[in-house]
Amino acid sequence: MAYDDVVRAYEPVLGLETHVELGTASKMFCSCSTVFGGEPNTQVCPVCLALPGALPVVNGTAVESAIRLGLALNCSVASWCRFARKNYFYPDMPKNYQISQYDEPLCTDGHLDVTVESADGPREFRIGIERVHMEEDTGKTAHVGGATGRIHGADYSIVDYNRAGIPLLEIVTKPIEGAGELAPEVARAYVRELRDLARALGISDVRMEEGSLRCDVNVSLMPVGGDEWGTRSETKNVNSLRSVDRAVRHEMERQAGVLEAGQRVVQETRHFQEDSGSTVSGRSKEEAQDYRYFPDPDLVPVAPSAEWVEELRATLPELPAAKRVRIQSEWQLSDEELRDLVNADAIDLVAATVDAGAPPAEARKWWLNELSRRATETEVPLSGLPITSAQVARVVALVEEGTLTNKLARQVVDGVLNGEGEPDDVVEARGLKVLSDDSALGAAVDTAIADNPDAAEKIRGGKVAAAGALVGAVMKATGGQADAGRARELILERLGVS
Amino acid sequence: MSAITRDEVAHLARLSRLALHDDELDQLAAQLDVIISAVAKVQEVAQGDIPPSSHALPLTNVYRPDETHQGLDPDQALAGAPAVEDQRFRVPRILGEEA
Repeated sequence: MAYDDVVRAYEPVLGLETHVELGTASKMFCSCSTVFGGEPNTQVCPVCLALPGALPVVNGTAVESAIRLGLALNCSVASWCRFARKNYFYPDMPKNYQISQYDEPLCTDGHLDVTVESADGPREFRIGIERVHMEEDTGKTAHVGGATGRIHGADYSIVDYNRAGIPLLEIVTKPIEGAGELAPEVARAYVRELRDLARALGISDVRMEEGSLRCDVNVSLMPVGGDEWGTRSETKNVNSLRSVDRAVRHEMERQAGVLEAGQRVVQETRHFQEDSGSTVSGRSKEEAQDYRYFPDPDLVPVAPSAEWVEELRATLPELPAAKRVRIQSEWQLSDEELRDLVNADAIDLVAATVDAGAPPAEARKWWLNELSRRATETEVPLSGLPITSAQVARVVALVEEGTLTNKLARQVVDGVLNGEGEPDDVVEARGLKVLSDDSALGAAVDTAIADNPDAAEKIRGGKVAAAGALVGAVMKATGGQADAGRARELILERLGVS
Repeated sequence: MSAITRDEVAHLARLSRLALHDDELDQLAAQLDVIISAVAKVQEVAQGDIPPSSHALPLTNVYRPDETHQGLDPDQALAGAPAVEDQRFRVPRILGEEA
């Protein structure tokens, strides 16, 4: 069913469950390293392998991170709560349960405001936060045999438990109603905002491509004007911001098609397919009580004191929404300019470049044009380029002091991205300095005059505008390294018109 | 009269991936009932002024500093595995479910 028809007939209700892998050095309940990408089963111990007699102990820093995120999401922090065992038989956890929180989450009842573009300009949505709770990540299974590498048809599975036990926060929204046709954008804006929030708090590197931020998308439809929610599907594997948008849109279209055909939407888990942008059915959703949650007797309650919570609240950094307002005002950006910065994920990079001494306009120009282009070419996020804000600021400074032209500056950036060292090293090694001293420039100027007698004659006759052609010749002869202003002065001087 | 029904035992057996015969379901329903009844006696003793507890110790906020220690090396970690492949635990295929 076409999207426009879907939103004319149905109102979507969304629910988003987002998992953030915390950036702590050690796991949630043991001292194994959390570093990404290690050799299989090298970051494991008796606790996270569930060997007999091993007992979990809570990582205090993980609790602190959870409280800080809860506070940044305007949640209430429980004065007393417990961990629970979520029991299930699946080999991604060697314990046969995952330690999570069930009816006593650490943080509850908050909200996060997001802005999306609509036909009538920017619209703000307040997304209710149901809960933030602590749990542990699972191991990684790979399925061997069969045609597809998926479970169905696989002969057996192999498991790496390095990831098992890494601290996770699960952030669950309240039902999101009233977004209508903007629902896909609202979902995406929410995940983006949550990601930026976690990054600003420094609690996670929130890299969707590495799985440290993952999103499950619940979608249901009700007829426009109705008040009874339809049956929802839960789509997993949504691993990029773009996929959040696409998954919501696809589920809205798919469910509308089912309903229009007079059938019923089945409550089930679906899997997002990155290549086609569609979802396929997974297992039917097990009822919550099938997990037989109960308080974990191996762990004592978490009871953060009011003093600790207030101390954490007082030390929250500037949050993304406030930062945007401040930056827009300080740099005098239009709404559109600000939106470009946000959409390019460049705001923190530009701000850091400004903090390192670059004028805001120059910093923006570099990140939004040249560096965005390089990021797209090499298919990495902007923040993944091998250049720091300080290095960009240094390149800007070299242009400002006249050592580099913009053209040379791009070559310096090339060098830095290429791993040739700091900007000054690249300038030195590649010999990229602007030629502004008269002895070096003089020879090129003399040659240019000699090679262009007609232009030279015009200038002598007072047609100063003709100097452009000679400056061009000097630039060409010096491979673009000449200081154009000084070259022009020298030309006019030698032809007796200055 | 058993308070635990045969259907409940069958449900639990399915969640626990246990294949039980009909006579086993009946037998276990009766046995589980005895266990539940025994535990229920504790509830009779505990009055309303005693909150349910998940832990025997009057402790809260037991935390570990966020420091790493080397755990097991892969040989040790995999020593007890029934099967190993590519330095990973090899397990039977999982049917009908995907996490």
